[in-house]
Amino acid sequence: MATRRDGNGKVEYDLRLYVAGQTPRSVQAFANLTKICEEHLAGRYRIAVIDLLEHPQLAKGDQILAIPTLVRTLPEPIRKIIGDLSNKERVLVGLDVRSTG
Amino acid sequence: MKLKRNSSQPTERTLPKCPTGIAGFDEITLGGLPRGRPSLICGGAGCGKTLFGIEFLARGAQDFGEPGVCISFEETSDDLAQNAISLGFDLKALERANELVIDYIHIDKSEIAETGEYDLEGLFIRIGSAIDSIGAKRVLLDTPEALFGGLNDEGVLRSELRRLFRWLKDKGVTAVITGEKGEGTLTRHGIEEYVSDCVVLLDHRLQSGVVTRRMRVLKYRGSMHGTNEYPFLIGQKGISILPITSLGLNHRISDDRISSGIPGLDEMLEGAGFYRGSSILVSGTAGTGKTSMAAHLLNAACSRGEACLFFSFEESPDQLLRNMRSIGIDLGRWIKKGLLHIHSTRPTTHGLELHLVEIHNLLEQHKPKVVVIDPLSSLISGAGENTGDLTNMVLRVIDRLKQLGTTGFFTSLTSGGRAAEATEVNISSLVDTWLLLRDVESDGERNRVLYVLKSRGMAHSNQLREFLMTKNGVELREAYLGPAGVLTGSARLAQEAREREEESRSKRESEDRRLALSRKLRAAEAQILALEAERQAAELELRSAAIQTEERRNAAAEQRAQMARSRKVDSSPKASRPSVREAGA
Repeated sequence: MATRRDGNGKVEYDLRLYVAGQTPRSVQAFANLTKICEEHLAGRYRIAVIDLLEHPQLAKGDQILAIPTLVRTLPEPIRKIIGDLSNKERVLVGLDVRSTG
Repeated sequence: MKLKRNSSQPTERTLPKCPTGIAGFDEITLGGLPRGRPSLICGGAGCGKTLFGIEFLARGAQDFGEPGVCISFEETSDDLAQNAISLGFDLKALERANELVIDYIHIDKSEIAETGEYDLEGLFIRIGSAIDSIGAKRVLLDTPEALFGGLNDEGVLRSELRRLFRWLKDKGVTAVITGEKGEGTLTRHGIEEYVSDCVVLLDHRLQSGVVTRRMRVLKYRGSMHGTNEYPFLIGQKGISILPITSLGLNHRISDDRISSGIPGLDEMLEGAGFYRGSSILVSGTAGTGKTSMAAHLLNAACSRGEACLFFSFEESPDQLLRNMRSIGIDLGRWIKKGLLHIHSTRPTTHGLELHLVEIHNLLEQHKPKVVVIDPLSSLISGAGENTGDLTNMVLRVIDRLKQLGTTGFFTSLTSGGRAAEATEVNISSLVDTWLLLRDVESDGERNRVLYVLKSRGMAHSNQLREFLMTKNGVELREAYLGPAGVLTGSARLAQEAREREEESRSKRESEDRRLALSRKLRAAEAQILALEAERQAAELELRSAAIQTEERRNAAAEQRAQMARSRKVDSSPKASRPSVREAGA
């Protein structure tokens, strides 16, 4: 399983947030995500926001159905969280942040 | 078929339809699925839902120039392509030709967490981009209800599916949505309430050990459609639905007549034989010569150079050929010429539907002018106890033959106990000409008689005729009416002999009378001749007597004159008379 660590040996996170245009829900999800990441993964995360309205062909690769969907591509295995990420605890569980902390 | 073409053209009055290209389906629905609307195909596991959808897409791309998108929620595109190849569709090739897009949508619940609100815009975008990439006109969603297994929020799913179907409608694509049958509902999660334009139910059930697949159009908003259950098959060329209790009775008919191959029988049918394209039923008990009749018809048709098809459910082709050779009909040469095809199967090999499909396929392949099914009644074993099915099947075959203008000849075995007029399958009202073959038992022998029970549209003979199986085939004989009914066999022969004898006797008698009369005539003539001779003799005698008298008188006068001369008497006659008297006295 591929993982990438930073200088302190901590696991780095690659995240993709799939949205479809600037809907309130997408904006909300992005805000929730950055907030959680800043709190728990400061300095060792990357977020790529993918707008499917602009790149519809990208939906196929990560099997995206629901919007918004957050995909953790690193560390593996791939995890997906759908919804506006309003429940912080569940996001952390979903991203498996605590155990790999 | 005309209906189909007309109704697929959008008109103001009829709903525009989208032909599926699935054999039979477009006939039942009078044109296909509602164009630009979603339709639901539902049924239990393994009933052929996915195949229906795949064929809809593949035929659309191949035959109607309408590219399609397949959104599969259950099978990967490789699996789908592999399954479709066995049915004659090369999905990969269609994909390469940009006429088909297969998108496999998969969600694994184990790798997904849900938090907060979401919608399925991603799905919409994927479908939308697939449609736009090739300009698709047709979409298959197979089976969207699988989403319920991957996502927890049923409320969201429902509203999103409803939105999806409406969105597809707005896009103007003709969509097929499949759904697995649930308990008491058409689909597991009741999505039928969102797809309300057209619902087709597929079903397969076990009946007398044979699985039959059936299809029913449950609902078709805004259109007439066949409401019956139609059997269908998944064969090598995809699905074929056997409607064909087609919705109308409007086949073209022919005034053309064709010979039955038996001169005597033609004679009974106005001297011309059957109508071309009519259905003929020959029923009779075992061994009455039904198959032989069929062989005659085939022989006659092949002699005219027409293609024929023989479905034999009792005899193998070789056995049939040998048996027909024994009555002088060589069917083998027609097989060699490629005119005659004999198709032998056991009726129990498969269910009625498959027989029916086989018949349909062979009709398609050989395009025969005459078709024989021998015997129809043995298919009953294939139909199990359900003879209604058989009647349906026969009706469909007859219908099909009529559409094609093909003459159909069916034999039916009547079992001993029943009335001769009752055929097992009660199809008598469906056929145009019905010949009844019967055994007549008398004087310790069985003989065959034939009569025409009915023959629509012609003044057929009402005579009971005996027929013989000879080395030269079936020959019809006059049937003799005796004091105890019809005389057949040796009774007929005896009667014939008696009549011959009678005839020769009367001939002899009249000859005798003639001879006697002419003898009498000759005798009379002889008599006339004799009398005439007598008359002539008498006349002669008379004449000679008169001459003698004259001569005598002359001589007497001479004598007297001499005497007078010698006596020197007065030569006056007065004076001489008394002397004569005196001399006479």
